[in-house]
Amino acid sequence: MSRIAKAFEDKKAFIAFVTGGDPDIETTEQLILAMSQSGADLIEIGIPFSDPIAEGIVIQEASKRALENGCTTDKLFEMVSRVRQRTSVPLLFMTYLNPIIGYGKEKFLSLCVDSGIDGIIVPDLPFEEKDELADICKLNQIDLITMIAPTSAERIAIITQEATGFIYCVSSLGVTGVRSEISTDIGNMIQQVRKVGNLPCAIGFGISTPAQAGSMALLADGVIIGSAIVKIVAQYGKNSVEPVSEYVRSIKKGITDAMI
Amino acid sequence: MKKGRFGIYGGQYIPETLMKAIQELEQAYEFYKDNVDFQKELDTLLRNYAGRPSLLYFAEKMTNDLGGAQIYLKREDLNHTGSHKINNVLGQVLLAKRMGKTRVIAETGAGQHGVATATAAALMDMECEIFMGEEDTKRQALNVFRMQLLGAKVHPVTSGTMTLKDAVNETMREWTTRMDDTLYVLGSVMGPHPFPIIVRDFQKVIGKEIKEQMLEAKGKLPDAIIACVGGGSNSIGSFYQFIDNPEVKLIGCEAAGLGLDTPQNAATIATGKIGVFHGMKSYFCQDQYGQIAPVYSISAGLDYPGIGPEHAQLFERGRAQYYPITDAEALDAFAYLSRIEGIIPAIESAHAIGYAKKLAPTMDSKQIIVVTLSGRGDKDVAAIARYMGVEIYE
Ligand SMILES: Cc1ncc(COP(=O)(O)O)c(C=O)c1O
Repeated sequence: MSRIAKAFEDKKAFIAFVTGGDPDIETTEQLILAMSQSGADLIEIGIPFSDPIAEGIVIQEASKRALENGCTTDKLFEMVSRVRQRTSVPLLFMTYLNPIIGYGKEKFLSLCVDSGIDGIIVPDLPFEEKDELADICKLNQIDLITMIAPTSAERIAIITQEATGFIYCVSSLGVTGVRSEISTDIGNMIQQVRKVGNLPCAIGFGISTPAQAGSMALLADGVIIGSAIVKIVAQYGKNSVEPVSEYVRSIKKGITDAMI
Repeated sequence: MKKGRFGIYGGQYIPETLMKAIQELEQAYEFYKDNVDFQKELDTLLRNYAGRPSLLYFAEKMTNDLGGAQIYLKREDLNHTGSHKINNVLGQVLLAKRMGKTRVIAETGAGQHGVATATAAALMDMECEIFMGEEDTKRQALNVFRMQLLGAKVHPVTSGTMTLKDAVNETMREWTTRMDDTLYVLGSVMGPHPFPIIVRDFQKVIGKEIKEQMLEAKGKLPDAIIACVGGGSNSIGSFYQFIDNPEVKLIGCEAAGLGLDTPQNAATIATGKIGVFHGMKSYFCQDQYGQIAPVYSISAGLDYPGIGPEHAQLFERGRAQYYPITDAEALDAFAYLSRIEGIIPAIESAHAIGYAKKLAPTMDSKQIIVVTLSGRGDKDVAAIARYMGVEIYE
């Protein structure tokens, strides 16, 4: 069983996101280890892209800081290799298609394998274009995580049938970012997925409080939190390890409490 | 060939959330493109509102001065709102209306597409919001006010390089938030399928008229057609009817900014490589890690790190050539055309004039060059005055 599948096996998974290299590679490295020790079950590392069109202002600015501070794909692979020796937490890269193509698909995927990455999420790669990466991911046994959105409707069945790893359920219209309320009928989206497959579903976009995390965990198999964590990193910079750990613990508690 | 592809180029590389809106647009366009009623309404607008057909003007003084090929100017600068952008916008806003949308959003670089969109929105009673890089709102302050006069809301974009590519990013983000009542009216032959086809179809009237007018005036086709290339809409519009006439050279002029030996250029074909950005596979200026380059040109309308996918294919097939023209060459051509023909061109179009100045003397007097004058230069006058050290109040 893959590390990703295992993370969903006997619990509601908490998936934590950080932008790689924000404010620097060393802090990201510490954050990954600290988050996994504080209760994150999977960790998504954003490879910063100059033009992240699916991102709200928080992750846009984090990407900008990371790139300005010299973060590169090479440095992130090296960092992941180091982290992998110290943790077995499933690690995912989140990035756009151009950084992967620009780096070279083959090289990118083989370094994913070498460094210990388990899956990749590419927000500008919809089902119609997934041939771009599907075969090479399969060959390298890297899960290509696909997204479904509130607008997906009858597309959910088609997408789910060919999905790997888990299904990333986008909770709301628009880009990433903290939302005070999530109005989409998530329960219905999950039901559509369940009709066609048994991959775990994780909900992301907009979640920030332990209570929100708890109520989403009741509906789905996992909860993804990005902007709320990145915001803490933006505020505390190199000193963000402690406040992020504390936040991660509070979310984990929100999820476990909801399940009782 | 896969749907929405020009060879390997094109495609639909967008977030899942937007797929519904894109597929809805695809279906609507599929229906309306052959709908007699729709085409008739558009044709009437083009004639009675935009002022088509635009003139094909024989630039006799320029021809004599350069001493080579005969030069004709396709006068898109004479269209209502002052550029070719109106052709596409009337089509897309009409389409939006037929689709039952009540709001249009658009990016703009030089402000010409924004002004055209705001104009069509005013005419067709649509809400209109325009996203424009903050840097460009300064370079093109007049156009910002023009859009506001026309009833549009202008959002300065402060992310990234604060120019055209960032305006596109922000408009896509906005569309992801609100699709039900809103259509993204894209300004060039770029973005995800079906935009490159829709915009080309609405712009191909330029080349259709060139063909008719040329045959009428000279009884033959031109030897070369020259147009500037930002995303590539006025050029594709000029080229399209001639793609199957291999004797007609198709020449696109890219912005070389401060020169190809500096990073300050926007010459995608000359310096870019294949990638995926803004929903399409094409050529993009980028670094070794696939980060999109912060490109530069004096011309806000050409200051874009990519090129439409159909151009990428025309280039690959060798059917069209693309040449870099620097700021200095464009400025020189801007002044030149103003003085010699009494026509002040848009600084974008001046890139095409700049290349014509080089090409014409190498050809003989029986040969014909058509240069598409994509827009008029009024919007640029203040910026160019500043550039030349003259302070004027806009
Ligand atoms: C007058 C003019 N010409 C050309 C362009 C470049 O666009 P395209 O390459 O799509 O024709 C612009 C864009 O703003 C423009 O305003």
